Amino acid sequence: MNRKALSNIFLSFLLILGSSVLFASDSQPTGEGNLIDTPEEINEYIKHHLQDSHDFTLYTDGETGTHYGFPLPVILWDDGLRVFSSAKFHHGETVAEADGNYYKLYHSKIYKTNANGDLDLDESGHPHNQKPLDFSITKSVLGMLIAGILLIWGFRSLAKSYSKGPIPTGFGRVLEPLIIYVRDDIAIPNIGEKKHRKYMGFLLTAFFYIWVLNLMGMTPLGFNVTGQIAVTVCLALFTFFITQFSGNRHYWGHIFWMPGIPVLMKILLIPVEVLGMFTKPFALLIRLFANMTAGHFVVMSLIALMITMKAQFGVVTSTGIAFFLAFFISLIELLVAFLQAYIFTMLSALFIGMAVADHEEH
Amino acid sequence: MYNLIGAGLIVIGGGIGLGQIGGKAMEGISRQPEATGKIQTAMIIIAALLEGLAFGALILGQG
Repeated sequence: MNRKALSNIFLSFLLILGSSVLFASDSQPTGEGNLIDTPEEINEYIKHHLQDSHDFTLYTDGETGTHYGFPLPVILWDDGLRVFSSAKFHHGETVAEADGNYYKLYHSKIYKTNANGDLDLDESGHPHNQKPLDFSITKSVLGMLIAGILLIWGFRSLAKSYSKGPIPTGFGRVLEPLIIYVRDDIAIPNIGEKKHRKYMGFLLTAFFYIWVLNLMGMTPLGFNVTGQIAVTVCLALFTFFITQFSGNRHYWGHIFWMPGIPVLMKILLIPVEVLGMFTKPFALLIRLFANMTAGHFVVMSLIALMITMKAQFGVVTSTGIAFFLAFFISLIELLVAFLQAYIFTMLSALFIGMAVADHEEH
Repeated sequence: MYNLIGAGLIVIGGGIGLGQIGGKAMEGISRQPEATGKIQTAMIIIAALLEGLAFGALILGQG
């Protein structure tokens, strides 16, 4: 029975993956006219996907120019709160008007303009217009909210099922071994048996949040949340502050007065160690951001092969090649999605463990 | 053009580093199979640190 269940899970997994690749290829319209056809247009499309956007476009009909999707709320602070729907921008084609102010969307950023929507561009193409503070519910924010709701729902049902008995029911059976894994393989070896409990909340949240967001990036909906540098900066800031605030006197002693070495070396090591405080979380944020960006870029480039190779190999062959390459790189990306969540949690635990470790007096 | 050459150099360096880590870990595991778990954890941490370095260089090269 177990083997059958396993093979069922595996099969449905393959189906979901396959359909995600198919869907993704659907959203790349092939053909002539104003459809995506040249390498420049493909590059533009991939760049657009990697950025955050103010509306949720699932599919664009290149022939008629209509976008299928839904708008998201825009929330600006510009001498007062301005809230309107991003449908007013018409995907950057028109100027949005709110309480007598005019805003224009340019390369996924909102600028304040006059009624005609004129942008004051410099020679390198960067607008000099005033930028209002943007608190909009963008696509990435929506993705984070969905991930948060999923996590709260999953873990609340797991917590509730413990009141009925020691064995969780339903989806909790999947979550429990993962929680045990984070505790026994990440937290305890790095932080220690006595002190790990205090940090389990952060480590579990970071692990599952990053993992769910990475997996959402694998769906054809086109979320790229962990590939936004702002998101990874915030995640790394949490690690940074938790590490600094839980550091004991040994931790600060090792930074400002390294024990067991000559005085001159102690002074020389202070700037190195202070720099190390910042480079550790910096490496965390760069790693997650670059991995997810690179992953999305590779998958989309392989899908785009069907457009660039169409002339040489014909439609069917090029689609087949693109499908297989994208399919197998997607399998690797699934591994990367887990690995990045694991590494972020692991290194966070390692840094916290270094800060709280007890040292015997030398 | 030059950042493409730089990216190539970074990838060569990262590849050598990852190869060293992976190869040594394999040797270690084959010598002491009972220490597989510990070796793997250490290997992944070092590989992640190396990866952070390489990606940092790649992103600096972009700018």
